[in-house]
Amino acid sequence: MSLPMAAQEALNVFEQAAGWEQRARLLMQWGERLAPLSEEEKSESNRVHGCESQVWLVAEQQDGQWRFKGASDARIIRGLLALLLVRIEGLSSAELAQLDLPAWFNQLGLGRQLSPSRSNGLNAVLQRMSQLAAGA
Amino acid sequence: MFQPSPWRADFPAIDALQRQHQTYLDSAATTQKPQILLDALSHYYGHGAANVHRAQHLPGALATQAFERSREKVAGWLNAVDSQQIVFTHGATSALNLLAYGLEPLFEAGDEIAISALEHHANLLPWQQLAQRRGLKLVVLPLDSRGLIDLNIALQLIGPRTRVLAVSQLSNVLGAWQPLEPLLAHAQAQGALTVVDGAQGVVHGRHDVRQLGCDFYVFSSHKLYGPDGVGVLYGRSEALARLRHWQFGGEMVQIADYHSASFRPAPLGFEAGTPPIASVIGLGASLDYLAGLDAHAVAEHEAGLHRHLLRGLNDREGIRLLGQPQLALASFVVDGVHNADLAHMLTEQGIAVRAGHHCAMPLLKSLGLDGAIRVSLGLYNDSDDLQRFFEALDQALELLR
Ligand SMILES: Cc1ncc(COP(=O)(O)O)c(C=O)c1O
Repeated sequence: MSLPMAAQEALNVFEQAAGWEQRARLLMQWGERLAPLSEEEKSESNRVHGCESQVWLVAEQQDGQWRFKGASDARIIRGLLALLLVRIEGLSSAELAQLDLPAWFNQLGLGRQLSPSRSNGLNAVLQRMSQLAAGA
Repeated sequence: MFQPSPWRADFPAIDALQRQHQTYLDSAATTQKPQILLDALSHYYGHGAANVHRAQHLPGALATQAFERSREKVAGWLNAVDSQQIVFTHGATSALNLLAYGLEPLFEAGDEIAISALEHHANLLPWQQLAQRRGLKLVVLPLDSRGLIDLNIALQLIGPRTRVLAVSQLSNVLGAWQPLEPLLAHAQAQGALTVVDGAQGVVHGRHDVRQLGCDFYVFSSHKLYGPDGVGVLYGRSEALARLRHWQFGGEMVQIADYHSASFRPAPLGFEAGTPPIASVIGLGASLDYLAGLDAHAVAEHEAGLHRHLLRGLNDREGIRLLGQPQLALASFVVDGVHNADLAHMLTEQGIAVRAGHHCAMPLLKSLGLDGAIRVSLGLYNDSDDLQRFFEALDQALELLR
């Protein structure tokens, strides 16, 4: 399965990143790419709990393809959200269910962000995303 | 000027952490352990484990002896009258739950429980849930601008309906000693039982429960350089006698029949089931270690590091301290920077500090925050640890601003 274009782009830059500082800078830059959520979309029902910051995840399906949107008030998790969304953009439910997302973050050199003691919320976001995708 | 810790080498994990490029500044969450404790655990397991209080055989007798000696050491540490006033639990949390269940029959609908606005969830939720079960009123004593329980208001709120006053000695977020003396005296004059959450306080200095004058005092071993899985509930004998038994099982019973049973008094009556034997013995070893230190030197060392910490934080722009920390720790936020982002950057640089609500969500909310960073000190920390923290902090803030 070939990567979506933006995901390939992310992989290229993150693979080249040397050291935590550059990865942190990149994360913050990628976070700026998230399309903003409207105030209605930042609703309690779209909140992802279990994060240190406020995180929202909105899921829509169009013609069998998933369209996710996300936002947070913290910058690192915004970057992680952006990297998640570029990877899953436009997938069908079946494709999404098969996708190994931890492997994706490992490829980016961000696997440690998924360790259970990290309370940044990436784990909670992944769980919420699969619930949303499975429920539809 | 470099401030070394004369006790650093007594804690093997500090060296191990340093080899992994980790600077440990989270001792208010849990502490590293002295070699003496590791030796005691290894000795116990290496020389024959046995259950306590039940077996007549030699290993059982030795284990029971060592276990009960720890009870005496804890009693001595707190200056309790009698080791029978020391109940071993699984932690401060379970000690507080024991109290909230054990005292339940003393309440009538409409009675009041007073806690403070800065309580750790462990000293809030057991009382909140008790209040819900019994139709009681939970009275929350407010804080003043320094992060201390506001005495003027508290002394008015604690009245004849107050059955229990349960307050922290030292806040795990604000790092300030609470004015226990007038609070406890007033509560007792109103006929209330008094509970002190010493989880943080017990770690700094020696506290004499008789002088404090509380009915109950609780703490966790793991914050006091001891093993985890053990907590202590001290109770005045008359206060312990008022507790209803709460967990039932082996060893806490006197006579058991199929349809009825009678139970032992404290402490064994409140230690149902096999206790954490090795950990209790280990706590005794940690107390031996601590008792052998020059208490004055320890206090000076901790105070010196704390001044260094506060100076460094105050020197940096945009850093806002929570309350006015007096010792042991400092919690802070940085204007315009999310604490989750700062925590990320510090973690990446091997700085082990705590970020988040510190199990005191209502307190953080009342300060208008959803989280903060907390740096906390142990007796093994030295000024280089703080230096590394400040360098990492500067680096993080440069990236974030
Ligand atoms: C003030 C205070 N009370 C209670 C506790 C609960 O201790 P434990 O989790 O060991 O039961 C803590 C631990 O963080 C604390 O800081």
